[in-house]
This record gives sequence, structure tokens and C-alpha cells, in this order.
Amino acid sequence: MAVSTRALPLVTRMALTARRAGIWPVMMGLIALFVALPVLTVMVQLFTPAGEVWSHLASTVLPRYLVNTVGLAVGVGIGVLLIGVGTAWLVVMCRFPGQRIFEWALLLPLAVPTYVIAYAYTDFLQFAGPLQTLLRDVFGWGAGDYWFPPVRSLGGAIALLTLVLYPYVYLLTRAAFLEQSVCVLEVGRTLGRGPWRLFGTVAVPLARPAIAGGTALALMETLNEFGAVQFFAVDTFTTGIYRTWFGLGERTAAAQLAGVLLVFVLLLLLLERVSRGRSQYFHTSSRYRELPRYELLGAKRWLALGACALPVLLGFLVPAALLLQMTLTGGDQRFGWPFVGYVFNSVSLAGIAALAAVGLAVVLSYGVRLSQSPIAVAAVRVSAMGYAIPGAVIAVGILIPLGWVDQRLYRLLSGEWGWEVGLILTGTGIALVYAYLVRFLAVAYNAVQASLTKVTPSMDAASRTLGKTPGGTLRQVHAPIMRGSLLAAGILVFVDVMKELPATIILRPFDFTTLAVRSYELASDERLSQSSTAALAIVVVGVLPVILLSRAMQRSRPGQSGRN
Amino acid sequence: MLKPKRLSLGLTATGLLLAASVAGAQSLNLYTARHYDSDQALYDAFEAQTGIEVNILQGGADQLIERIEREGAASPADVLMTVDAGLLNRAERAGVFASVDSSTLQQRIPAALRHPNDLWFGFSERVRVVYYDKRVYDTPPLARYEALAETRFNDEVCIRSSSNIYNQSMVASMIAAHGVPQTQAWASGLVENMARTPQGGDTDQIRAVAAGECSLGVGNHYYWVRLALSDDPADQAIAEQVGLIFPNQAGRGAHRNIGGAGMVANAPNPEAAKAFLEFLASNEAQQQFSAGNNEFPAVAGVEPIDALARWMDKKLDDLNVSVLGDNNADAVRLMDRVGWR
Repeated sequence: MAVSTRALPLVTRMALTARRAGIWPVMMGLIALFVALPVLTVMVQLFTPAGEVWSHLASTVLPRYLVNTVGLAVGVGIGVLLIGVGTAWLVVMCRFPGQRIFEWALLLPLAVPTYVIAYAYTDFLQFAGPLQTLLRDVFGWGAGDYWFPPVRSLGGAIALLTLVLYPYVYLLTRAAFLEQSVCVLEVGRTLGRGPWRLFGTVAVPLARPAIAGGTALALMETLNEFGAVQFFAVDTFTTGIYRTWFGLGERTAAAQLAGVLLVFVLLLLLLERVSRGRSQYFHTSSRYRELPRYELLGAKRWLALGACALPVLLGFLVPAALLLQMTLTGGDQRFGWPFVGYVFNSVSLAGIAALAAVGLAVVLSYGVRLSQSPIAVAAVRVSAMGYAIPGAVIAVGILIPLGWVDQRLYRLLSGEWGWEVGLILTGTGIALVYAYLVRFLAVAYNAVQASLTKVTPSMDAASRTLGKTPGGTLRQVHAPIMRGSLLAAGILVFVDVMKELPATIILRPFDFTTLAVRSYELASDERLSQSSTAALAIVVVGVLPVILLSRAMQRSRPGQSGRN
Repeated sequence: MLKPKRLSLGLTATGLLLAASVAGAQSLNLYTARHYDSDQALYDAFEAQTGIEVNILQGGADQLIERIEREGAASPADVLMTVDAGLLNRAERAGVFASVDSSTLQQRIPAALRHPNDLWFGFSERVRVVYYDKRVYDTPPLARYEALAETRFNDEVCIRSSSNIYNQSMVASMIAAHGVPQTQAWASGLVENMARTPQGGDTDQIRAVAAGECSLGVGNHYYWVRLALSDDPADQAIAEQVGLIFPNQAGRGAHRNIGGAGMVANAPNPEAAKAFLEFLASNEAQQQFSAGNNEFPAVAGVEPIDALARWMDKKLDDLNVSVLGDNNADAVRLMDRVGWR
């Protein structure tokens, strides 16, 4: 069968697939192409000769970029796994003081943009900052009399990026733990597994797609990071891309560096896939009861409390307090009505983008499930690559095809019909939402995909046998099971869009300012205390949906939906 | 005063997903990398004077250049405004600018501060100075940029990353004065003298000098002025403790750069663009434009803010600032080679 279909022309094969699965795979292909276009635009640059600039880079800065990038990725990877998976297990499976608060509080650092935590902490901890100044005043030390960990360093970057990126792992892993059927865990217990071994041999392996998904998000965010690593004075591959592009004026070489970064990310994802092998992760039981929690006693209680409190304290409370303090002493002179406008712009953009991203993610992951073809999987992978490309590069990848279409539309409209409407796509909300889809579809897709993977195909089969269409199956069978994950996906995108900066700056319409843009304008002019107001507003606005998310997820656990 | 803002807020929101068509008879579309709140007063004055409304898109210079390129013939951009001649040169090489034939601009803007073919014009001047710790040195410890590489200043110098255009342009001016090999030797010595990994912005260098992390710093003059004029007594104390050196007074003069603008090649409103550039060269606008960032006015005879008056006799490098852009790539590569991050 496989051989015979493969011999058929592509179109016939697509038609066959279409008949089996309805229009889903076709829609999926179109969406994937649409979203992958900017990424492909960047990749095409890989095949243009860039000349001798490569030998200059290789002999001067490239080794440092590589070492720093690998060091940062490994450090943040380990950090987010430890904090994310560990705290998720604690709050789901154990009972200790504050456990119910930490369930949602652990998500709070998600609302803090990397560049914001970077500048709050570097300003506070550097030599000329308030803390070291205080220490010098109190103890009468001078420069060089004492050792203080340098915050602007690779170590500082790893620590602080970990603190705001671990929630990606926490969120998806916790959802996975919650969705795990209690049967599996009880079988584990009956077979004599203690809590540690149950965690290591049952729960974590079962949650592996979610853990991998969350870690991949955190790592991609790390790799495309620009603003924060600049603050930490760490040169990574992404810094190199900017410098090669704008400093050396070598656009092709810069795009090629971006391409290399992409290949690196693809390899990472592939590695995870390969190591997972042929194992599959379905829940075959629908028996969900209240999870039996471990009651922690004695010192363990306080250890658990501390392990959960520390990330929240350092990743959210301290930076928020630092921002608040800066806002109160300095602050933005435009605070007032203009700010309401910035908030409105940020929120409406983020809301629209979140809805669109979740919608597309469902179509994509469902299309993959229905068609099962490697081509489909590859198409989706490429379309989700936008997350790993630095924002400014993806923005240019968007401007190129968008500008191309726009120019033609412009000529058509003004030439044929005399409509002088200017550019329809570039510099409008359309371009922005498109950019956010390209950047953040991966976030929504990973969450939706991880959740869909766990629905056993036998449910699909049953539903289809009973005469439901694929769409009907999605609505009536999958959607209720996936509700929590869909919400999680939407809110992740929402918060990411709130924080997004480089693509927003270059693609936005005239006189259109968001909170992130306002914060950047002042920070780039070295007015940190003034920019703190907008930064704080991003955090405050982002916290609400994050708390909402957490509450909704709590309720959405199958078997608990009737209890509220 | 605030009412129209509230209205426009709602309009912006509803218009978000619609085409932003801003091409019209009485408007000027300004792409600017300057983001000083005080600039708004300047645009209001222009509108009051000419009836031309100013639409603004702020962003990083490189991104704005890229956007204008991609928008091509249909770009709504009339004027691109940015700081640093290196960036203006980048825009010029990307074919963003068209020459403006204006006797007003030619007369008022000094030749060294505009493009030889009038593709762009400088409207304000900034000077890259050396900061020093007055507690360590009773008198200015050096008189030339070249001295920053002398071994007596080992581990004494704070300066930001070479990714920053201000440093790139400063090195570009060194290349113009000494050529690449000699400048590279100088940069190598400077890297040896650095007290710490280059980090932060120019203000951070001033703070580091005041805190005693290093005794010398390099940065633009206006960051110091901003601290000196700050409402915060702590900032004033920092400025008080840090001295400023305008280097190379006995030679070519201190390295200066500009904030400038030019007309975009496909400007839909070329007349408005020209009017706007000429307006920026008027005495009134000059004062406001330069005061917005504590810079020196480009037009001779226009008084700067009081805080700058004491430096009006300083000698500034007469090199045409367009050379800074020409030497930019050489400068970046040179800094790569000596390990200046």
C-alpha cells in the first residue's frame, strides 16, 4: 500500500489523503506555508555567497559567540528543567504550606519580559548600583576590596533568564501531571514505587512530550534573546546576527548566521524526537479521581515551601518591587491617558493574536494527526521555526514577502482603479498580527500538540465509526479533553505578544505605541527609571491572564469539571 | 488638552486592522529614531506654522531603514530622522535619501555637518568626551583620545561595547586621522586598559567612574549634562564628582557627531518634507531640537542651553561627518580583531 501510493503523482496522493481526512490536511498545508514564508525567506539567504566576511567572523568573534550560546543554552536548559519539573511535581503531588498559592504563583514570572528582569537586576546589582554602594558605605570598602558576583556575565544571564523562562516548563509539565490518569500512578504505587521512583519512572517519562515542549520553548526564547544578553554583556549568536547585519552591513552573512542558528534548533528538536524513539503517550483510561497527594512532614514541608517560594520571589516579586521603586521615584512623565492607550493597544493586539494562534495551532496539530504523513510533520515543524529566529530578523523576513505583495496591490489599486490607499499590509495591524503568528505559533502549537498526543487514537476511531466527521470529532471529543491546554496556549501567546518588542517596533502603524515600545523608547535613551513605568505595566497587565490561566487549568482537570 | 488624545486613542484602535492610509495633502510622515518626549512640541510648532500635520513612526534607525527599503515606491515615509552620521550613511547607501535643493539649508547648516550632495543634514551636534574621577585626578589626566591607550591607565578605563554606533563612529574618526593600522594599535591598547568588560550605556560609564570602578570613562557629553540637570540629588552628586574632557584641543578637535535627517527618495509629500527640514534649521526649532537632548545647535549663532555655554569655545573636529559612515565597516572589523566586545 505504502509503495503503491508513493508511486502516484503528488496531486493524486493529496486527493486520496483529502478523501480520507477531509479538508484538514489541505488547510494545514496552506497555513503551514503561509506561516513558514518569512522563515523560508531567511533560509533562502543561506544559499547566497556572502564573500570573505565569513573568514573575518570565523577568525575573530565567531568562536566566542558559539561558546557563549552553547553555555547559555545548556545552563538555561538545566535550570528550567530543574525548577519547572520539580515545582510542578511538588504542587501537583504533595501537600505543604502554601501549596495552593504556589500553584498559580509559580506562573507569575511569565509576565516579566527578559529585558525587564535584565535591566532591573543589572541596575540593582552592578558595581555602581544601590546594593553594592550600600555595602561599600556600610563596610567602608573601596573598589577591589571585596568580591561580588558580577551580574553582567554569562552566569548572571543564565540565572536570570532561567528565572523568567522556567514557567514554560512548569506550565506544560503541571498540565501533563494533572492530565495523567490516577490509575497509572496507582498502579505504580501498588507495585511498590515510592514517591521519588514514581516521579522518576512513571510520571516524568509519561509527561515527556510536555516537558520537552516547554524546554524547547524556553531554549528557543534563550537563543533568540537580544535585549537581555546585551544588558548582561554576553555576546551570543543573536548578538552576532545583529552586529553583522547592522554594524558590518553584511545582510546576507547575517541571514546566514540566522540560518545556522535555525539548523542548530532543528537538530535539538530532532535529537529529542529520536531519543523518544517509537514510544507513544496516550491515556487509555478515562478514570480520573482526585489525585492522592503526599502529605509532606517536618523539614520536608519547609524545603518544599522554599523550593517553590524562591523562583517566585526572585523571578517576580523582587523585579516587580525594583520596578515599583523606580516608578515611584522616577517614572514616566506621560503616565495618565496616553498610558491607557498603550495598554489598550497592547491588550487588543495580544488578544487577537492569541485567538488566531490557537485556532491555527488546532488546525495544524489536527491536520498532522489525521494525515500522519512525514511531509505534514515537516511542514508544521518549519512553520513553527519562527520562534527560534531573532525578532528583528523575522521582521525583515516578513517585510520582504509582505512588501512584495503590497507593492503589487498598490500598483493594481492605484493604477487600475485609481485608489490611493497606500500600503495595505505593511505598517498596519495585519502585518503585526501576521508577525506574531509567525513568531508565536510554536508556543500555541506545542501546547496543543502535547495535549492532543495524549488522546488515544482509538477515541478518534470510535467517534468516526459512529459517523462523526473529523470536525465533529474535534469539537465533541477532543475539544472538551483539551480545553485546559487550549486556554494555556492562548494565554501563553497573549503574554508573549505583550512582551514582544523588535517585530512590533518595525512593523507597527504610525503613532501606534504599545507598552513594550514605550518602555523600549525610554530605556534605549538610557532613561531606565522612566521606562520602569511601562515595564511595570506590562508585568501588571500580564499577571491577570496568568492567574486566570492557572485557575482555569485547576478546574479543567478531567473528572473535576463538575465540582465547581 | 487631553481630550483629542482620548478620541484618537479610540480611533487608533478601530483603525488598527484597517489600512493605515496616511498619504494626504496636508501631512508629513516622519520616520524617526529620536524619541524625546520634548520633540512633540517641535512637531506641534511646525503644524501651527504650516498647517501640515506630522505623523510619526518611531523605531531603531536600522529597522526604519529596512522598512523604507521594503515599502519601496509605495512607502509613505517623507523624512527619515536619526542620530549619528554612521546611521545616516547606512540609510544613504541603502538608497533611502533624495537630495534636497535648498539654499536655506545650504546657508545655515555648516558643510561639515551635511552630506556633500545634500542627501541629509545635521541639525544638532554631540561630542564624545572623556569622563574622569575628580577625586583621583586634581587636573584632567589626559588631553587626547590617543592617550587612552597609554599604559599608565592600565585597568582604569570604562567604555561601552563596540556594537554601539557612537564607539564605531569614534573609531571611524580615529581611522580618518591615523589610518587603520595605527588605530588598531591604539584600540588594542585601549582594550588592555579596560577596567571591566564593556557593558551598559554611556550613563553607566559615568556612574562607574563616580562609584570608583574606574577612573576614566568615555561617552557623549549630554549624558553627563542630563545627570547634572536631574531633579534627583543623587544624580547631581554623581555629575559633580565627574569631570569632562573635550579631547584633542591642540590638534584636530574633539570628535563630534550629529543628529540629522533627510528627505526620503520616494517621499509622497516632497514639498512638506523640504519645508520640515528648513523648519528644523530655523532659529526657533534649532534651539528646541538641540535642547531636547542637551546638544549643541548645528546652526551658527543659535544659543545652546545655559548648561552648554561653558563649552562653546571648544574646538571640534572639522572632518565631514559623512566620513564616519564611510569608515564604519573598517572600524567594526578593527574592533572585532582587537577583541573589543
